[in-house]
Parts: sequence; C-alpha cells; structure tokens
Amino acid sequence: MGESSINKLLGHPLDVWYVAAWDHEVNRTPLARTVADRPLALYRTEDGTAVALADACWHRLAPLSMGTLVGRDGIRCPYHGMLYNSAGRCISMPAQETINPSATVASFPVVERYRYVWVWLGDPAKADPSLVPDMHQMDDPAWAGDGLTIEVDCNYQLVLDNLMDLTHEEFVHSSSIGQDELSGSEFVVSHDERTVTVDRWMLGIDPPPFWLSIMRHKFPHFEGKVDRWQIIHFESPSTICIDVGVAMAGTGAPEGDRSQGVNGYVMNTISPVTDRSCVYFWAFMRNFRLESQVITTQLRDGVAGVFSEDERMLVAQQAAIDANPDYEFYGLNIDVGGMWVRRLIERQLAAEGRLPRATVPVG
Amino acid sequence: MRPFRWADGTVATSHSIVWQQATVVDSIALTPVIRRIVLRPEKPSVAAAGSHIDVRLRFGDRTDTRSYSVVDSATDGTTLAISVLATPTSRGGAAIMHALEPGDSIEITQPILDFPLRIGAPRYVLLAGGIGITAIAGMAAVLKSVGADYTLVYLGRSRRELAYLEELTAAHGSRLEVHVGDEGTSLVVTELVAAIDESAELYLCGPIRLMDAVRRAWIERELPIANLRFETFGNSGWFAPEKFTVRVPRLGIETVVGTSQSMLEALEEAGADMMFDCRKGECGLCEVRVLELDGDIDHRDVFYSERQKNARGKICCCVSRAMSPSGSGATVTIEIS
Ligand code: FES
Ligand code: FES
Ligand SMILES: [Fe+2]
Repeated sequence: MGESSINKLLGHPLDVWYVAAWDHEVNRTPLARTVADRPLALYRTEDGTAVALADACWHRLAPLSMGTLVGRDGIRCPYHGMLYNSAGRCISMPAQETINPSATVASFPVVERYRYVWVWLGDPAKADPSLVPDMHQMDDPAWAGDGLTIEVDCNYQLVLDNLMDLTHEEFVHSSSIGQDELSGSEFVVSHDERTVTVDRWMLGIDPPPFWLSIMRHKFPHFEGKVDRWQIIHFESPSTICIDVGVAMAGTGAPEGDRSQGVNGYVMNTISPVTDRSCVYFWAFMRNFRLESQVITTQLRDGVAGVFSEDERMLVAQQAAIDANPDYEFYGLNIDVGGMWVRRLIERQLAAEGRLPRATVPVG
Repeated sequence: MRPFRWADGTVATSHSIVWQQATVVDSIALTPVIRRIVLRPEKPSVAAAGSHIDVRLRFGDRTDTRSYSVVDSATDGTTLAISVLATPTSRGGAAIMHALEPGDSIEITQPILDFPLRIGAPRYVLLAGGIGITAIAGMAAVLKSVGADYTLVYLGRSRRELAYLEELTAAHGSRLEVHVGDEGTSLVVTELVAAIDESAELYLCGPIRLMDAVRRAWIERELPIANLRFETFGNSGWFAPEKFTVRVPRLGIETVVGTSQSMLEALEEAGADMMFDCRKGECGLCEVRVLELDGDIDHRDVFYSERQKNARGKICCCVSRAMSPSGSGATVTIEIS
C-alpha cells in the first residue's frame, strides 16, 4: 500500500461551538444528549435560559438528565437528591448541614442562535459567541423552511466529506437530485482560516426531478433547460451551508440575477457524539413562497428522503473502515474541498495540543 | 484502536488522577518564606485556573501527599509553577519542597480542577489570604482576559506573605486591593461582604480564620450560598498544631499525634482500621465520635456546621486536632466506626 496522509478517524476540536439540540427540544424536562464525548443534561431555567450541565452527578455519577427541575434554575439528582443550580454548583446536600465545596458538575457555556442550542466544551474563557457559525437563514424572515435531525453511526468527518463533494449525488441520489453533469462540471475552491468554499455551476442542463418540481412551485408550468448552482460554504468546525438553486437557462443567474429561478439553502451542522457517531442537524430553507407551509413540509420530507440515502452510505462506509483497519484513504481531485476542511480541523486540533503539530502543514 | 487519545489536554472536566515524574526547572525565593518552584511534568497537560497538583513526598519510611495550587502554567502545559510557604508550624512538607533544586525529580499528579472558575457572573470578588494567592492569581488573569468585572483582594499579616504583590499590581492596577496587617490596613470582612450583591461570586483561598469569617458574614447576609466558592486543603487551623493524645478505649489504642501528622495518620499507624475519602476536611467520612475531651477541638474541616463544631461531639480526624488552651497537652478519647 502506498502512503496516505488522510486521517480515517479525525478527532474533534473542543474550543468551538457545537449544536447540542434544536431550541424546541430544550425545555422544562431535562434532555440527555452527548456532544463530543461529553454526556450533557440540557434544560431551561424558569426564565427560559438554556443550560448544559455534565450529565453525571458529582456524588456517584448518576445521570442528572433523569432528575427533576426544582425552583428557578435547579436540577435535583434522581439518586440521592443533591440539588444543583444552573452554574453546576451543589446548593443542597440532603443528608448534611453544610455543602461540600468541591461538589460541582461542569456547566458548559451555551448560546442560543439560529433555532439551535450551541454548547462550548473546551476552555470556557475562549467561548466567544461571535464564533458561532453563520446560519442566519434559519431564522431570517426572508427565508422559510424546516429541518430534522439524523443520528449517524459514523465519524462526523465522513459527513463533512460527503457534503463538501456533491458529485456523489449522481450515484447516491440518482432518482432526485443526481445528474451526470455534476461530475463533469468545473468547480472552484477557495479557503481562509475558518472557511472553505466550493463553487460549482452547470449551465443549460435539464433540471433533475427534485429541482423541476421546486421550479414549478414558483413558475407553475415551467419546462426547459436551467442553469444550476451549488455553492458550498463550510465554516469551522462542522457547519456547511449550501447555496443551491436553478434558474431558467441564460437569464443571468451566474452573473447575479436569480429572479428567474428558485434558491434554497441546505443548512447542515454536525456535532460529533463519539469517534464513530454524530448528530447531524439539517434544514432546507427557501426564499420564495414563504407563506406556504405545504412547501415547507414537502421540501423537508423530500430532503429527508435524500439524506436517508446519504446515511445508508455513511454507515456502510464507517463499517467498511472499521472492517479494514489496515487499508488507507486515498485522494481524488474531487476531494479538494473536503481536504481543506480536514486541513483546517487538523490545524485547530494541533493548536489545542491534541494532534502532533508536526503532522499538520502550517498555514 | 484509536490513532490518538481524544481527551489529551482537556483538563477542564477530568478528575482522574495521573501520577507522573516532574523535573524541577527552577526554584527561586520570592520572599524569605515563600519559594516559587517551576516543574516540567512528564506528561504535559494544561492547567485551568484554580487547579492544583498533589505531590508525593517521602518522610523517612512513609510517603505522604501535599496539595499545591498551580500559580501559572505554560499555554502548552509543558511547565507549571507552584509556590510554597514555609512556616514554623508547617508539617514538614514545605522544608522538603524548599530544598528542591533544578534537575531534581519529584512525583506529582496532573493538574486537578476542584475549584473551577465560572465565566459569566456579572461581578466577581477574588479574595486571597497570603499563600492562598496561588489558587486565585490564575483566576484574576482569566477574568482580566475576558473583560469581566472583578476586584482582587490580597491580604497578609506582613508584606513577606505577599509574594506576588509586584506582578499583580502591574497586571491588575486599580482592581487590586491590598491589606497588610502589620501596616494597620487589615481587612474588615464584614465590610467586604456587606458591599457584595446577590449576583456577585466570591472566590476565596486563605487561612481558615479568614474562611470562617467570610462564611459567617455570607450566611448572615443571606447571600446565595453557591456564590461563595472556596478551596481548602485542610492544612490551616485556628491554632498552631500541638502534640496531643488520642485514645480509643474499645481498641485499646492510646497514641500521641505529633505536630507534623494528622490524627487520622496517627490512628492508622496505631493499627486502627480507618475510613476516609478526601483527607482534607470536606466529606465527613473520617468522622470520629468524642467520648471525653481534656482540652478543646481545633476544627479545621468545612464539613460540620458551626452548630456541630460548637457541640464538640464529632471530629473530622483527617484535619482537625485537639489542643489545650493551657498548653499542657490535650487528650481526646474517641470511638470510631
Ligand atoms: S449520585 Fe447524585 S446524589 Fe448520589
Ligand atoms: S476524609 Fe474527608 S473529611 Fe476527613
Ligand atoms: Fe448526499
């Protein structure tokens, strides 16, 4: 076997924001969810603030997520009744008159933005909310749509690879969005320290079935050729927002006039769970026919069908990786976007001291 | 097999103890009684503000551990600094630590975080008594870096105890408030606590008299108890340690507790099968019942309430001691579980 520099099981940075849950999932009943190997108990205080505590009581590590919410911001351990506040400090030890000063559980920084609850599992002094990746289409009044969550049994990086190279659509999604022009078309990749962009246009092509039906939501009797675009925006460490759409061929979409077309944003953010599993939060947002709940639901379900095809592939890929520990990954030219994503993540891991610096080219 | 360990370097939430060798890189006298010792651990690991290391020391044929807060550490965790105060009453560990020279090797744990700083409180008071600054200095640095609203209160009986005064003045300017006993500027704890509001968090490390005074004032003002944060290694008392006698009639044990050992250690040496966990006066597992007391108790734990301490019926024997107000040597007769 030849040498390969491609990591098959990439670690996850910790000094970053990851989505722990949709905003509506976090409420006055504790929710258990693991992010980046850390089990969390998520809940809201009475005044609505989202809280993420380590889901293991200080005393004997019973999961606090099985406990009950008490008072303004407290949660009571379900086992021996220790009561913690939202800062993770014990405020009552039922069997004694004082409180052990060491009795705390970690309380992780939380930001609520773009319909998601984001958590920071690394150094809390670095938890700058301005580092939350841009997903503004999620709650911008100019956009409408909805999404779902997929728990995928694979390393989160495999999902990022999948989204950074859409030539797989031709093979994985042949009945909906795939078409052979995808692999044939040129693409342009650019990057900076936090972002990678892959820009691909296919001009004067037949719209695939999914896009034809979306075109007809806006232009009911549309027939003919389209210009199709896929502009993939990655933001470190694991958010990918894909500007997608089609417009009637030759009406100026590549130059910036998309008025004769339909535009969507596929919003994706992936949170590692363990090294072999992740939670994939996605939504499909659109900027036309905002009033139509039917379109919202149809698009969400349509994309859910497409993504279940990805999930099947990703789980099978992870299983094959595990079944062939002595085989490596190799590169293809189509991987360049995904390879830049890996490079940025490896740099961050090196900066956090969790990957030997020498193995990562400096930027 | 994982190609590398995921958790490396993320000390923030780890409580597992990893013993390792460390090399002494530097040892300098900051004041006549305080030395700063820089260590290079075998396994680098970043020390979050408020962490401490345990050090394993040899005393003749037995070993014992001492805890020291990490004053500061390299950003990549390759070196860390502690500071050690030697007092006439210290239990012998300080003498060993002060004698360390560059190149020497000692056994330490990785940084352990039992005293975490929470980011995000609207206001902070950091209160350091003497060598307690070692736990607090790193917190002040973090609060400064995140632009928090904080006051750093640093006090000692004399300037000899304020080893980090110069650099803290440079770093924190008007946010630093200094009280020096022999200069007549002692801290009035009730005034400090009276000025604190509901939302402020107070982080405290210092001698037990200071801690008890702050705790009492805090409870009297009915401030949220969880906002008072402190760390104690159970090594300071209201009184200087004295030799005293401990008796366990049921086991036929009578032994003398020397000034450099704890009652728990003395009982273990005398063959009693003792229960314990923290060995620093927090958990209450080492509790013994007092049957008879000739002298008084110097309660050094934070497990009992003031009411329980005044009752003199139970002792956390890992830290607390008997003492005789007359100086003639106390005797405590106990029952153990
Ligand atoms: S495990 Fe939570 S109180 Fe005992
Ligand atoms: S062993 Fe924990 S208080 Fe003594
Ligand atoms: Fe796909």
